[in-house]
Amino acid sequence: MTDAASLRRTPLHGFHQQYGAHLVDVAGWEMPLHYGSILEEHKLVRRGAGLFDVSHMGRVMFTGSGARRFLERVLTRRISTMQPGQCRYALVCNEAGGVLDDVIVYRFEDYWMLVVNAANREKLLAHFEQVKAAENFEVKIDDITFKTAMLACQGPDVMQIIGHFTSEVPALQNYHFCQKNLMVIKFTISRTGYTGEDGVEVIMGAMTAPMAIRLLTSEGGSQAAKIKPAGLGARDTLRLEAAMPLYGHELDEQTNPLEAGLNFAVNLDKGAEPSGETSGGGGGPQIPRFIGQDALEKVAAQGVSKQLIGLQLDGKRTPRQGAAVSRDGRQLGVVTSGCLSPTLGYPIALAYVQPQAANVGDAVQVAVGNSVQDARIVKLPFYKRPRV
Amino acid sequence: MTASTPEDRRYLASHEWHKPEGGYVLIGISQHAVEELTDITYVDVSLTVGSLVSSGDSFGEIESVKATSELYCGIDGRIAEINQAVLDNPSLINEDCYGKGWILKLEPSDIKQLEFMLSAVDYEAAAGG
Repeated sequence: MTDAASLRRTPLHGFHQQYGAHLVDVAGWEMPLHYGSILEEHKLVRRGAGLFDVSHMGRVMFTGSGARRFLERVLTRRISTMQPGQCRYALVCNEAGGVLDDVIVYRFEDYWMLVVNAANREKLLAHFEQVKAAENFEVKIDDITFKTAMLACQGPDVMQIIGHFTSEVPALQNYHFCQKNLMVIKFTISRTGYTGEDGVEVIMGAMTAPMAIRLLTSEGGSQAAKIKPAGLGARDTLRLEAAMPLYGHELDEQTNPLEAGLNFAVNLDKGAEPSGETSGGGGGPQIPRFIGQDALEKVAAQGVSKQLIGLQLDGKRTPRQGAAVSRDGRQLGVVTSGCLSPTLGYPIALAYVQPQAANVGDAVQVAVGNSVQDARIVKLPFYKRPRV
Repeated sequence: MTASTPEDRRYLASHEWHKPEGGYVLIGISQHAVEELTDITYVDVSLTVGSLVSSGDSFGEIESVKATSELYCGIDGRIAEINQAVLDNPSLINEDCYGKGWILKLEPSDIKQLEFMLSAVDYEAAAGG
């Protein structure tokens, strides 16, 4: 039993209680697992619109003349090419190339922000301060997590509903954001999410969050009333169908981004001479090599020692993290996440296996409960939303 | 916060209820267990009708979106019936865990064994409800 009194509460705690949330400890925060049924909330997001409180996620601001170079140093992905109003997924690695966290980078006009995993926030802040001090970066790092709240509105109906408040948001491209003032509340609204559906993530001041959530739900009129709350249980099954990695499952310090199939978020050409420099001061901004780049260059040259794959199982049983994946009695790897897919109706899992064993279509066996189920390797993601 | 625990049956600390009914004993899981498990997705009884079980035996497994756990029997007896409706539609347990959501029907060797199990009040205290 966790001591509820020691858990942090988000600015939306009163809302969760009003809607009958089943609250659980998530990385030291008292968060809604569900408001009645994980499966119903999962379907709500696939078919309509669901509202998640994700205020437990860390929000960290970077300002100062060295902010850009600092972020290039700690992030695997190039961010100097980002325009104000853009978001980008990236990883923070240790020197060995192991993943410290996966993050979303926001570029504002004169500062940057990272949204980080709740469980990794304190570890990352310590890492950032250590790098800043050791390498003398001119950057100010501000943890604004407790001063702000963050909501995710996800589902095929979200853009139409938000269109009743503002026409600017439905016009946003994916992984872009805008800043809006609505009824005296200042929002940062990005077309991002962690469910595989269209939608937005919204950051606002902690004090204004309860008013904002009333605007978006039942008290905000008939259009907004279509957005109903969904808990973090559904968020997990939604992200798993979309094959999005979850830190502590697919990602950890013993796993590198290339093993996780996140090559798109790793720029191994950082630190190369900017092109056109010979013509006298031209070319792009200086981009330092990132922490972990040496190790990841070796991995890229030598090949990965494990690879993330998708599995589809026979039957109706749920494979769990840590379950053995084998073929003819020989273990090939382990499951990192699994569920009985609410959308697809069959069990799915993500697993790390030996790379030579990871061909789509291959038959394997997966341990579930006291038995073993037949499964086959399938393409990722398991679920892709229909594009109109 | 838990719905009231029926007093017409006995409980194991592992959350299975045992209800005497017409010479038989019905076994299911408590509302507290359902709330901890969340949506039930799968129920399996590993034994067949007619087979013998002893107090403390695992007779199957139950799975939800969040967890997989074993099902335990608190009394000796012979399996008289398995609730096929629950095996086909595990969400019946979410809908009505003390009624339609029963899992096993047992012909007890000694119905007095029920007295060694927890009362509703003691179970609630044990379950932290």
